[in-house]
Amino acid sequence: MPGMLGKKIGMTSIYNSDGDHIPVTVIKAEPCKVVSVKTKEKDGYDALQLGMGAKKKKNISKPELGHYKKHKVDAPFKVKEFSGFEKDKFKTGDEIKVDFFEEGEVIKVRGNSKGKGFQGVMKRHNFGGVGGTTHGQSNRLRAPGSIGASSYPSRVFKGKKMAGRKGNDTVTIRNLTVVKILNEENLILVRGAIPGANNSIVELIKN
Amino acid sequence: MEKINNLLQDEKAPKLPNFKTGDRIKVFVSIIEGDKERVQPFEGDVISIRGSGASRTFTVRKLSSGVGVERIFHFKSPKISKVDVIKEGNVRRAKLYYLRNLSGKAARIKNK
Repeated sequence: MPGMLGKKIGMTSIYNSDGDHIPVTVIKAEPCKVVSVKTKEKDGYDALQLGMGAKKKKNISKPELGHYKKHKVDAPFKVKEFSGFEKDKFKTGDEIKVDFFEEGEVIKVRGNSKGKGFQGVMKRHNFGGVGGTTHGQSNRLRAPGSIGASSYPSRVFKGKKMAGRKGNDTVTIRNLTVVKILNEENLILVRGAIPGANNSIVELIKN
Repeated sequence: MEKINNLLQDEKAPKLPNFKTGDRIKVFVSIIEGDKERVQPFEGDVISIRGSGASRTFTVRKLSSGVGVERIFHFKSPKISKVDVIKEGNVRRAKLYYLRNLSGKAARIKNK
């Protein structure tokens, strides 16, 4: 799906024309440069490689530098490929701006969620814990309970939900309404929350 | 973020007078009935002010035929046309949630 890259700034609230209060997330989507145009004939698939921001010179690896030199663009901070663009209309060095989206449009936002560390099953998988305080129950309130049967199957099934690392996953939030677009400031406001911490990079994807 | 909040600030936001928790105020809220718009007053005691910036709110509590009614308003809401401060209260707390458990004479707030 066509889209662009942005940076999550934070949440605030605005009021619509009816005076209703709307919680919004502010995303800074500075113009994304087309790094390269991938074509079916040459690369096996159609896509646009978009880059956002500028990378410090000391952080650019040699293979990266070669790629950017070949396409004659400055090294972007983050590169991502998006399919679904009309590829004939774009060439290397073109910019995709925030006016790519419209107010009132419904979009997807994809990002990396905040890492929560090693968490128990109640927080990680919404287990209920072991209920009841009678029949000898003690100190099992947040435990997962039984993790399987006995002699059959004599093992724990693969994929059993257990405690472990929570968060830091790629999360896509669908059906977010674009409330407002500020073209001059390159800002886009979507209704509701999006994954990740402030200043993290997110993908804005057209439906 | 602060810059952006200033940028997004609504010109329609009302200019409210200064009031504190414990004050009795009258809030004039516009409500839409069908296709008509009218202003409805809501008079009561401010029992809480919370939040900051665009999401700052205040809670007004009143007794309506013996039943406690509370409404939460946003400071920046364009629906508020006016706020009148009727009297200033003398209270020792920032949040007057204890009023919910009191009734009659005990639920009064001292005047300043």
